Amino acid sequence: MSNFAKTFSSSLGKKLIMAATGLFLCTFLIVHLVGNLQLFKDDAGQAFNAYAYFMTHFTPIKVVSYLLYASIIIHAVYALVITMGNKKARPIGYAVQAGSQNSPWTSRNMGILGTVLLVFIVIHMSNFWWKYHNAELPYAKYEISLDDPSDITVSELPWDAKRLVHSDYVDTQAGKQVIVSKDLYKVVAHSFKTGWYVLLYVISMAALAFHLIHGFRSAFQTVGWDNRKYVPIIRFFGVWIFGVLIPVLFAAMPVYFYFFK
Amino acid sequence: MKLDAKIPEGPLAQKWSKHKFNLKLVNPANKRKYTVIVVGTGLAGASAAASLAELGYNVKAFCFQDSPRRAHSIAAQGGINAAKNYQNDGDSVHRLFYDTIKGGDYRAREGNVYRLAEVSVNIIDQCVAQGVPFAREYGGLLDNRSFGGSQVSRTFYARGQTGQQLLLGAYSALNRQINLGKVKMYTRHEMMDVVTVDGEAKGIVTRDLINGAIETHAAHAVLLCTGGYGNVFYLSTNAMGCNVTAAWKAHKRGAYFANPCFTQIHPTCIPVTGDHQSKLTLMSESLRNDGRVWAPKTVELAQKLRRGELKVTDLKEEDRDYFLERKYPAFGNLVPRDVASRNAKEMVDEGRGVGASGIAVYLDFAEAIGRLGEDTVRAKYGNLFDMYQQITDENPYKQPMRIYPAVHYTMGGLWVDYNLQTTVKGLYCLGEANFSDHGANRLGASALMQGLADGYFVIPYTLGDYLANIGPKAVDTSHPAFEETKRSVVERINKLLSLKGTKTANEYHRELGHIMWEYCGMARTEEGLIKAKGLIQALRADFWQNARVSGINEEFNQNLENAGRIADFLELGELMVDDALDRKESCGGHFRLESQTDEGEALRDDDNYAYAAAWEYKGDNQPEQLHKEELVFENVKLSQRSYK
Amino acid sequence: MNLTLKVWRQKNADTKGNFVTYKADHVSPDMSFLEMLDVVNEDLVKKGDDPIHFDHDCREGICGSCSLHINGRPHGPKQGIATCQLHMRSFKNNDTVVIEPWRAEAFPVIKDLATNRSAFDRIQVAGGFVSVNTGGVPDANVIPIPKVIADEAFNSATCIGCGACVAACKNASAMLFVSAKVSQMALLPQGQPERYRRVQAMVAQMDAEGFGSCTNTGACEAECPKEISITNIARMNRDYFTAKLFKEEEV
Repeated sequence: MSNFAKTFSSSLGKKLIMAATGLFLCTFLIVHLVGNLQLFKDDAGQAFNAYAYFMTHFTPIKVVSYLLYASIIIHAVYALVITMGNKKARPIGYAVQAGSQNSPWTSRNMGILGTVLLVFIVIHMSNFWWKYHNAELPYAKYEISLDDPSDITVSELPWDAKRLVHSDYVDTQAGKQVIVSKDLYKVVAHSFKTGWYVLLYVISMAALAFHLIHGFRSAFQTVGWDNRKYVPIIRFFGVWIFGVLIPVLFAAMPVYFYFFK
Repeated sequence: MKLDAKIPEGPLAQKWSKHKFNLKLVNPANKRKYTVIVVGTGLAGASAAASLAELGYNVKAFCFQDSPRRAHSIAAQGGINAAKNYQNDGDSVHRLFYDTIKGGDYRAREGNVYRLAEVSVNIIDQCVAQGVPFAREYGGLLDNRSFGGSQVSRTFYARGQTGQQLLLGAYSALNRQINLGKVKMYTRHEMMDVVTVDGEAKGIVTRDLINGAIETHAAHAVLLCTGGYGNVFYLSTNAMGCNVTAAWKAHKRGAYFANPCFTQIHPTCIPVTGDHQSKLTLMSESLRNDGRVWAPKTVELAQKLRRGELKVTDLKEEDRDYFLERKYPAFGNLVPRDVASRNAKEMVDEGRGVGASGIAVYLDFAEAIGRLGEDTVRAKYGNLFDMYQQITDENPYKQPMRIYPAVHYTMGGLWVDYNLQTTVKGLYCLGEANFSDHGANRLGASALMQGLADGYFVIPYTLGDYLANIGPKAVDTSHPAFEETKRSVVERINKLLSLKGTKTANEYHRELGHIMWEYCGMARTEEGLIKAKGLIQALRADFWQNARVSGINEEFNQNLENAGRIADFLELGELMVDDALDRKESCGGHFRLESQTDEGEALRDDDNYAYAAAWEYKGDNQPEQLHKEELVFENVKLSQRSYK
Repeated sequence: MNLTLKVWRQKNADTKGNFVTYKADHVSPDMSFLEMLDVVNEDLVKKGDDPIHFDHDCREGICGSCSLHINGRPHGPKQGIATCQLHMRSFKNNDTVVIEPWRAEAFPVIKDLATNRSAFDRIQVAGGFVSVNTGGVPDANVIPIPKVIADEAFNSATCIGCGACVAACKNASAMLFVSAKVSQMALLPQGQPERYRRVQAMVAQMDAEGFGSCTNTGACEAECPKEISITNIARMNRDYFTAKLFKEEEV
């Protein structure tokens, strides 16, 4: 085996992969959240649809997105490999094991939390990502007054295979900016009006919260970044940013649509 | 046989270097043709095995524990002495030599002790190079503390774990040689007997403790590094597994046993709480650096304390008797162990003992906490305090600890000459298992020093001389002596397993312990010893009639292991009593009530007893024959020890 | 007090084991846990039964022999102590106490509660040493070592090799043990020449022994009788990745 293969097949190497992919996914969450916050904008989804277009058509982002899909798969596969190895390391279990006395619940249940997240990601992506790429979605046409940007008129255009996914031009005669976008916003708004779907989101975001409360800090521990001066900062980020703020904001979206739209 | 200690001629300070030059060497190319067996992997065994393997010999190392790292050297807490004089307080090799000889009450050999002091400095260098994390000053240099029996600070330490850290150092050196294939390690193997061919040790018989397999191993020389026999007292600070079996079997094969009655009672142990107790826990003697030992001034006060009518913290300063400081103003609480122990016993015998049982005195840190602050005290002794609290459920930061002496170390052991060879050629004995360096009393922090000195710096030289003389002829187990010895081992095991009486071996052990403690403990009398001899003989006879041993040989059988070891203790106990009877003087840890000064101190009789008593085995239930090795003192003046 | 014990009994490595219930009556609170078992064993021997086998030796928490999983926790309910330092005052009258051996593929049961922990020895044989021969070393004070470094190395070195970290870990990982050993040497100047060889060799052996992977639960740290910190694990990881990814050292 080459040095690299040996390194990444060792127990520490596998953990490094988990940490690296995990941290990468964490950074993606921030980007994803910033984009999704557009949903709260009261512009009939114009900004959100523009964001969706940008994310799927800007080349560097596309490259990163494939890295992202790979990360999710590697993170899950390695988790499975490590878990199977760990099961093999203790073929006969304890009759009594008081794990709650010596370790936090989250740290012992990363597999379950991760599985919830994986199921969520599959549903989430098939619902939005797959539809956006493949389904025959209608288009939203936004006419924004150049004099008053808050004056937006929206109309729906039917699916047309020849139409561009996104176009943006200024109609100087009408004094309007005309934007036509594939209307993912509508799909989102529709989904978020479905009760079970909202529930799924909230549960999954709770799982995300617990997964990250342990996972974020744990990744730094794995790569060996445990300088006493910085550990409190990492812990703060792990708990309050990744464990609370991000999941809460994500969960707020479906809840907001369900109750207030 | 006349005992020849083989002490080199010449001035004291040159004996060892001259001797090293005169010893024969083994050609480097020939070293790999020799096999050496090392039994025991404590400080002496691990360091010897590693050092010999480094030289190129093939080593087979054996231990009964599941890992060599668990040998009982691990439990030493306080430190290791070395005449480094890093503190610029007047230490020197000669002073360490002198302190050790004096501390041992002039019953050790000058030559051996001087060598010990000489190599002590190398030990520290060696251990530091191995990565032993000794305590350091802020400047990055090694820290020292003072210890009982000396007025200089020469004790190196690693918090309360010096023994573990030193053993891990030796163990790592051993591991390196296992890695290199020079040492073959046998764990969970107990040595059952020594095989001698024409009077020379040529191998051993072992029992695999997991499956009971009786195996024979051949070698050019056998090193016994099997520790002390303090467990003969049942309750001691020794580990449960510590035993005399290896040394005792060697004794029966012709190795003389020297000064068996010299046992050390350590003054600062946690008192006994009840009959269920299986062992005693020692707290490092270093506690006496800052702790003050006291007992209530009067019997009445002690009684009130025992009944709980008075709290110890309520006792006024003038009602406390700091008896060590009072009686020994020069050394105070830092008098040698035997003196401190005996004084505690005196307090208890006078009725001034404390604790529910009345068998304890106080060790008080109130003054130190006031002087240094609780944090400093915690940094220095925290782990010991925690340990005390764990066992007694009392907080030593708030109230004085209760302490009482307990059996801790045995100065006696197999007789060895200057080369550490026993009276059986090719059979060597190192560390606590031999008798050589501590005389009648060992100073604190000297056991680690001796074990490592023997293993790292003495045996690699002296063993070479013997090996060069016998030549590198291959050895194997084909000689009939191996089969014969193995047969006798199997017979004894079968005999033990056939015992289906009513009492467990442990019960015999406890009884033996009571007898030894009562009559051959801190104070001994002729009358008591004679009585003890009879009791032990009766107990031994009863053991072979009424003991009960469970299970079979071909399995992991702790009951059988234990019974075998106790059977040997039952024989050793009688020899200890014989030795104590023979030595009518008091010296060091051996205190005969008949021989004391007007002030109640041990009174030596140098005219009649300045010898090491080496006992020769004469057959089962036969009196052993005494051989005397006269001790010659050319460099120190024998004086009544005084720590006043 | 009176207790009910449920003890794992297993004749040897090749047979299957099961729990057997024993009564321990008139237990004194001052007894240590092992002394309580001694008393049970004395009765068993007298009855002609096989006593419960368990490893133990120093009985003062330093040799690392004792290794009982008591009511779901290695070394029992208290922190910072080994089983031999556990006293019966930690239990209440009529308690049921479940006693199991360490459970790990790398620590096979030998008999009853005794397991084979020689995997730890082999990991240290693989590289847990400084390659110096006896003699010929410099004076001990030649290399000053900052007190904080010496103290930290000592903290790592306090490991008694009992295996509670493996027993506590839900993955039966030995990372705390290995990292403590690696750290001690990595911190000290004496350990520098072989620093990166050592960590690679020891980790490779750890993996070969069949221990699980660390998932940073911290259970090892919480159950370690010497309270060794998982900082050591981070330190080992750092050294390992440095060795593997940035240094050119064989192994």
